[in-house]
Amino acid sequence: MTERILRINMTTLSSAFEEVPAEWQGLGGRALTSTIVAKEVPPTCHPLGKHNKLVFAPGLLAGTPAAQSGRLSAGAKSPLTGTIKESNAGGTAAQSLARMRIKALIIEGAPTEDRFYGIRINKDDVTISEETELVGTGNYEVIKTLIKRIGQKVGVLAIGPVGEMRMSAANISVRDPDGNIRSHGRGGLGAVMGAKRVKYIAIDDTGGAGVEVKDPEKFKTAARAFAKAILEHPVSGEGLPTYGTNVLVNVLNEAGGLPTKNFRYGQFEGHDKISGETMRETIIQRGGKPKHGCHAGCIIQCSQVYCDKEGEYVTSGFEYETIWGIGANCCIDDLDIIAQADRVMDDIGIDSIESAVIMGVAMEADIIPFGDGPGVLKLLEEIRQGTPLGRILGNGAAAVGRAYGLTRVPVVKGQGIPAYDPRSVKGIGITYATSTQGADHTMGYAVATNILKVGGFIDPLKKEGQVELSRNLQIATAAIDSTGLCLFVAFPALDIPETMTAIIDMLNARYGTALVGDDVIALGKRVLKTEHAFNLAAGFTSADDRLPEFFEDDPCPPLNSTWTFTGEEIDEFWNF
Amino acid sequence: MRITIKLFATFRIGRFAEVTRDYPAGTRIADIIGELHIPEKEVGMIMLNNRHAEPDQELHDGDSLALFPLVGGG
Repeated sequence: MTERILRINMTTLSSAFEEVPAEWQGLGGRALTSTIVAKEVPPTCHPLGKHNKLVFAPGLLAGTPAAQSGRLSAGAKSPLTGTIKESNAGGTAAQSLARMRIKALIIEGAPTEDRFYGIRINKDDVTISEETELVGTGNYEVIKTLIKRIGQKVGVLAIGPVGEMRMSAANISVRDPDGNIRSHGRGGLGAVMGAKRVKYIAIDDTGGAGVEVKDPEKFKTAARAFAKAILEHPVSGEGLPTYGTNVLVNVLNEAGGLPTKNFRYGQFEGHDKISGETMRETIIQRGGKPKHGCHAGCIIQCSQVYCDKEGEYVTSGFEYETIWGIGANCCIDDLDIIAQADRVMDDIGIDSIESAVIMGVAMEADIIPFGDGPGVLKLLEEIRQGTPLGRILGNGAAAVGRAYGLTRVPVVKGQGIPAYDPRSVKGIGITYATSTQGADHTMGYAVATNILKVGGFIDPLKKEGQVELSRNLQIATAAIDSTGLCLFVAFPALDIPETMTAIIDMLNARYGTALVGDDVIALGKRVLKTEHAFNLAAGFTSADDRLPEFFEDDPCPPLNSTWTFTGEEIDEFWNF
Repeated sequence: MRITIKLFATFRIGRFAEVTRDYPAGTRIADIIGELHIPEKEVGMIMLNNRHAEPDQELHDGDSLALFPLVGGG
């Protein structure tokens, strides 16, 4: 059986398996979602209208035994930014879709009546039925109910109340192997799913044909070399499994780049109380799990299970960016409150990074004071209920800034700036400005080379080399996001040359191709250019590739650096 | 001269999180790394007064030195 495209039309409530067009054959993950969105979605369409499409695609290596290969890409025109969007997540869905040889799932159209539907995908058929019981419920309940209805192994993509109400910060939840939640977080893709009136997609891969590997022996050798490189590198082999991503709180604080009090300062007094070191001790004391994988085959295990004082599960996938945002950015030094907020955000279905920036701006607006942890939980409840204030908040940091007449609003193209101050870490500032998707650190993680000294060192406080660094990282990231590998394989890839060789060998063994390193770079460039062309056609110009002006005007203590790149310097990014 | 030393992640195990101690003039960062029995190849980042530094740099009174193993996230 060959690979297929599954197209679901929510206007006619029908579905069809289609052949994969020749030009999509060598694509997967982000390369495929962005190519499909660019080809089939009118760039000027309303993101919540019937002309937008929501596309899911497993990466090129999904469903194989390769370590770290379980990421699923989701793409559409974003209601938060108005740009093209790709957001990827772990969980079990990517591997299930790949096992059924579904290369992409395209959801198009929209029902005319205000009813919600559940979609059930089996190996050869699709059922679309009206859903009433789960409407208005949170993601934890949706996953629990679908496991009960369909079976222990069901894969789930779902939206919470925030997605149902089509707020621009809504995410899409993905069930993880334990029945907990991972998220397609950024860019409001949950609102696109809500606009199509899809509450959940349940994936049952029973009887799926499995993926075909053209050269199993070669694949096995390459996969072994790949796993070895991951485990040998100190970041992926030791740092991430021990402390998770939250090890960065103390790193960024020390480097003066931990945005604090809505990006006023680069250091937070309470940093140690919310640090990775403290979190690890707390998790171990309470009988949680300091390491945990977000998908089968993950050997880095940067996730964890965080419990409360009674030892009861609170949340997992408790990331640095969330902890920074509800923590330092809101001046809250209580990990338990931040963990509770993380759980609520997963449950109601809202991006935890956007929410963190939303809360900082809400404090700037004096809706609640800085440092008010219970206040954050109260505001999340307003969002869950869809009160007028809740809807302003749930539409993103930029919406809150406009509603309250503020200028200190840390967003690019309407998307909240994450956990690294661009004045103190200039390379990541170039990524925020130029990314095809609004401010997003994962698009070109210059923090690695600016701060962590992975892949060399470029002084974070100087302008020299930053545009080139961000460009090279954004190209490489677009390629990795297309393989479906977790982005953290970039840490070994930047330092151990065998990593990239092994990835290319795995791709060639899987597909019977003869790709070389330059082909992978060419794929990354093609993805970026496809996305950029979509944005230009949607009405964006280079004037949108800029940071908010307060970064130029207000120095960031303790280093007191400002953002000094000219427009011309930033625009050099697209010269490739 | 008074030097504050901060250790992070695995460097804290069996050592300390933060101390301030007296050192003779001319002490270099590498001397402190040696005194703490941290193998130099395990040092990922050295931050001196919130800026990246190299092992051969000399310390001055009141300096704050932070040592990290190679770590990452994102």
